[in-house]
Amino acid sequence: MANVTETQAPAYVAPRKGLLSRVNSRAVVMTLYLLFLLLPIYWLLNMSLKTNAEILGDFTLWPKDLTLANYATILSDPAWYMGYVNSLTYVVLNTVISLSVALPAAYAFSRYRFLGDKHLFFWLLTNRMAPPAVFALPFFQLYSSVGLFDTHIAVALAHCLFNVPLAVWILEGFMRGVPKEIDETAYIDGYSFGSFFVKIFMPLIASGIGVAAFFCFMFSWVELLLSRTLTTVDAKPIAAIMTRTQGASGIDWGVLAAAGILTIVPGALVIYFVRNYIAKGFALGRV
Amino acid sequence: MNKTTNQKAWFLVLPVLVLVAFSAVIPLMTVVNYSVQDTFGNNQFFWAGLEWFEEMLASQRMWDALGRQLMFSGIILAIEVPLGIFVALNMPKGGFWASFCLVMMSLPLLIPWNVVGTIWQIFGRVDIGLLGYVLDRIGVNYNYTQDTVAAWITIVVMDVWHWTSLVALLAYAGLKSIPDAFYQAAKIDQASRWKVFRYIELPKMMGVLMIAVLLRFMDSFMIYTEPFVVTGGGPGNATTLLSIDLVKMALGQFDLGPAAAFSIMYFLVILLISWVFYTVMTNLDNRGS
Repeated sequence: MANVTETQAPAYVAPRKGLLSRVNSRAVVMTLYLLFLLLPIYWLLNMSLKTNAEILGDFTLWPKDLTLANYATILSDPAWYMGYVNSLTYVVLNTVISLSVALPAAYAFSRYRFLGDKHLFFWLLTNRMAPPAVFALPFFQLYSSVGLFDTHIAVALAHCLFNVPLAVWILEGFMRGVPKEIDETAYIDGYSFGSFFVKIFMPLIASGIGVAAFFCFMFSWVELLLSRTLTTVDAKPIAAIMTRTQGASGIDWGVLAAAGILTIVPGALVIYFVRNYIAKGFALGRV
Repeated sequence: MNKTTNQKAWFLVLPVLVLVAFSAVIPLMTVVNYSVQDTFGNNQFFWAGLEWFEEMLASQRMWDALGRQLMFSGIILAIEVPLGIFVALNMPKGGFWASFCLVMMSLPLLIPWNVVGTIWQIFGRVDIGLLGYVLDRIGVNYNYTQDTVAAWITIVVMDVWHWTSLVALLAYAGLKSIPDAFYQAAKIDQASRWKVFRYIELPKMMGVLMIAVLLRFMDSFMIYTEPFVVTGGGPGNATTLLSIDLVKMALGQFDLGPAAAFSIMYFLVILLISWVFYTVMTNLDNRGS
């Protein structure tokens, strides 16, 4: 063959003549797809920077008179910004609880065989898959009867339903990649289980813990049905407050859009750091 | 990895067991309890046996909701899976643009579900939304609050927008694990692009693709917030999917018995799919090790 060197490259780069059109068609597909993804988000951002008069008055593709008033409304009104505080409170609580119980359990699943391990692992999965709609009413009654209704901890515990199994599965996926010899060597060196786990093992799976934390945070952040059912005033999440923008003069579209944009910010801030693990996290540590 | 048998590992699992039992078993038992009892108020309950189950199985309402649900899940799978694979095949293979695409594609996945609903509710409006406005201008009669077809198209496109990236990201992860040697061999054999896809890329992606399909089926099967925000289940009951119907029944009308029976049958379906999912996952694990 004349072009032996060409075959070193993956199939899609060669032959040379088709290279330009190939790369271009790939770029075109990706551009179109990303455009499709970003256009609705751009539209929300666009609206959040407009006055209500402009939103309803003339149809403009970008804000004619740029205003930050909508954001100022949210950030200065406790009824609004407390929603973010509430959401963040129960989300962080949930992430901490989920991770701290999931870490030892994931270690047990990845290292040991014990009575009923497979059943337990499967049962956890069914809870990750459980429809929140089934649990909404029982949760409401359960947390009302123990006096936790409308508290952050109630929502945090309720979200453990799907986040603990998620964290266990993700962490187990990362832990199985760590060779068992490390554990054995550490025990021979005289480490107790606790000090080995904290000092040696946790740094080894630091990225796994980060990914699990990210996914717990995210799934708790995006969930609304349970958090709305379990709260009325004191722990009401931002997502539920958003449904109340309907005032006497109709819906305040600008503020609604600004509130929506602000809910995207936490995810967007950290997404870059976990970009290579998103598939792994969604696939529960597999892939 | 060969695991050692150690029953003391139970102590490590115990916190998870207690916590999840508290948030899953107790509520589920409440549901079971309601499903076999009837009440006339005043917290007085009577044994009703399997009455509610019989009533629900005979009720047209549940079968309609199930039909709509299966149609919804079917449509979005038929669109998202091929589209996701197509996008994954066109992803940059590395460097800055790969990272850029990964971050941009992940954005919709991280948006709270009701905000996803709000985005599309606004986007599709004829007066202030880009999509609705453009469609209206080019003469398409589009009104998702009145017209069943428009409502369906809106929630399907919304779900495609929201979740196709997940299929694409998983497929991309599967593609990246294929060694270059496979492509070189295909090139020596002068395999066509289609054959490379059919005999190299697709088989290698099969494992992750199964996960993607099951995840999408599962999550679409219990979807609630997004279509609820956009259409509220309407027009009429046209977009009332299973979860929407269940919440309406349980929290709206407080029909505890029927809602509980409904919940249990719903949960059994989920259990069945979870089992399939688990089998696929463990097969994947065993093949990997």
